[in-house]
Amino acid sequence: MTTSSSTHRLAPQPPPGRPAASARPERSAWRQRLSRWDTKASPYAFVSPFLLLFLGFGIFPLIYTAYMSLYNYRLGGTKTWAGLGNFTWLFQDQFFWNALKNTVTLGIISTVPQLLIALGLAHVLNYQLRARNFYRVTMLMPYATSVAAATLVFSQLFGRDYGLINWMLGLVGVNHIDWQNGSWSGQVAIAIIVTWRWTGYNALIYLAGMQSISQDLYEAAAIDGASRWRQFTNVTLPGLRPTILFTIVVSTIGATQLFGEPYLFSGGGQQAYNGGASHQYQTLSLYMYQQGWQYLQLGRAAAVAWATLLLVVVFVVLNLAIARMRDRTPKLPTTAAAEEVAR
Amino acid sequence: MTMSPVRTGQGAQHATRDSRTPRKKSRAGRQMTARWPSYVVLIITAVAFIAPFYYTIVIASRSNAQMNQVPPPLIPGGELWNNFAAAWNTPQANIPKALVNSLMVSTTVTVGTVFFGTLAGFAFAKLRFTGRNALFGFTIGTMMIPPTLGVIPLYILMANLHWTDQLQSVILPTVVTAFGVFFMRQALVEALPDELVEAGRVDGASAFRIFWSIVLPIARPAMAVLAMLTFMTSWNDFFWPIIALTSNNPTVQVALNNLGGGYVPDHSIIMAGTLLCTLPLIVIFLFLGRQIVGGIMQGAVKG
Repeated sequence: MTTSSSTHRLAPQPPPGRPAASARPERSAWRQRLSRWDTKASPYAFVSPFLLLFLGFGIFPLIYTAYMSLYNYRLGGTKTWAGLGNFTWLFQDQFFWNALKNTVTLGIISTVPQLLIALGLAHVLNYQLRARNFYRVTMLMPYATSVAAATLVFSQLFGRDYGLINWMLGLVGVNHIDWQNGSWSGQVAIAIIVTWRWTGYNALIYLAGMQSISQDLYEAAAIDGASRWRQFTNVTLPGLRPTILFTIVVSTIGATQLFGEPYLFSGGGQQAYNGGASHQYQTLSLYMYQQGWQYLQLGRAAAVAWATLLLVVVFVVLNLAIARMRDRTPKLPTTAAAEEVAR
Repeated sequence: MTMSPVRTGQGAQHATRDSRTPRKKSRAGRQMTARWPSYVVLIITAVAFIAPFYYTIVIASRSNAQMNQVPPPLIPGGELWNNFAAAWNTPQANIPKALVNSLMVSTTVTVGTVFFGTLAGFAFAKLRFTGRNALFGFTIGTMMIPPTLGVIPLYILMANLHWTDQLQSVILPTVVTAFGVFFMRQALVEALPDELVEAGRVDGASAFRIFWSIVLPIARPAMAVLAMLTFMTSWNDFFWPIIALTSNNPTVQVALNNLGGGYVPDHSIIMAGTLLCTLPLIVIFLFLGRQIVGGIMQGAVKG
């Protein structure tokens, strides 16, 4: 594609044996046409490697999942039309509802504390601090750790007989908790792993949002005698709303995809597919994996994938609707006060 | 959680506030200083964030028998090298091969994502063509759909191509990302002046020449950030690799999955293997941590 630029360089020097006068217009006309073609076609050439790979390996599988969910499709076997059979089967399977329930509860107990802690941390990080980069990098280290590594370490920490956490709880008089096999305790343990990995990341996102809030607002608030807490609720929070909404949406989507933590926390084997000995932390992703790769029922797995997508959409729409509702309520104390301060 | 590498925000729509940034910086001196409770909070959190890393080393450097004690040991012991050797030689995990494979996969994915992302990002940011807005809208519209939902057809596709258990099965689905394109477009919209592209065109440079000689040098800082994030995400990718690969030809996450999947009863060896597989990333992080932090925060505001 560098042809046109090399012709450009050659153009002022007519090739030997040819009269310069006749060569020039001919060449420049050709060059112009080439350059016009280049301007038109290049953008498509630039986006096409991305688009082709993205369509082939990203979008096509998503769409094909819908098609597959309408078939009885056994891995390495037959494919027969099922209509909505996979879905009716799904809605009658108690373990589907169990997985749906687990996904929702795990999502709530991992996302809510995570975002609240992140907000508090970001607020503290926003002060002038000594060794500020040390804290920021430390916050992000769990994010750099893989799900597998994190879960394997936490499985040790949460060990029933010799785990550090039970030992520490024992010091304050709490009896040994069976984190791996208990039902609520298993979910709590998994939520702690998720929280550990993502809190620092979200704190940094909030911090970035806070730093783009004008310092003038804080000064005005301080002049009006607002305490630090009032400044936080009346200046920081309203200014951070789009960021908060974004993190909520992304975290809930992430929560619907929870897989590695329950899979590895269960200790492997059949328990890994089941999401714990009594399915107590089997999430939708894990359930899909079990249908597809343990029972080889790919059609059913595809139906689970679509049910999950539906859940994602419901979550996102719900979040956006709540956000919009709050927008429409004009007399919320926080926003009203912030606007006052802003003025 | 195979979400887009950084969950940056098109939701975080304060790009418009960028104009205020310089002013704010000059006032940084007036930012409130932290009092001691803030440091207490930060130090407690820092300890909570670091403790699991420390404890990995404790377990990895002790024998299994030493770990099965009450109270559990709190300081590292002397078995680290033995446990490393045992983990290294565990055939179900195949860690040596996993490290090489992960290096190859993550490098290829990073180069692809950054290069194709910059190329397409430049086109979306600065070139005019029919269907540009529609295509870009489509790209960011699909960014929020979790890619894990497409794994079933993807698996059939790879099985039909006889690519399962081969590295291309994990490279191809992630070698371009909508996030990469989005990230580079946002960076170039801001960093690359229209006049520069125009000047290149007046000088008769081809579009690719403009990309190569004008855009790439300007895009370099953003490309570096995207590269770090992509490498990290790719190294840590779990769900699809454990479906597509086996212990014959694993990436490190597949190796860890097999190590922790019940074949190996010895916790110390499992932790030693975890350490081996995590170490390369931790080393990168110790050197580039500040840049990665900067990149994530930048992405959050610019998005």
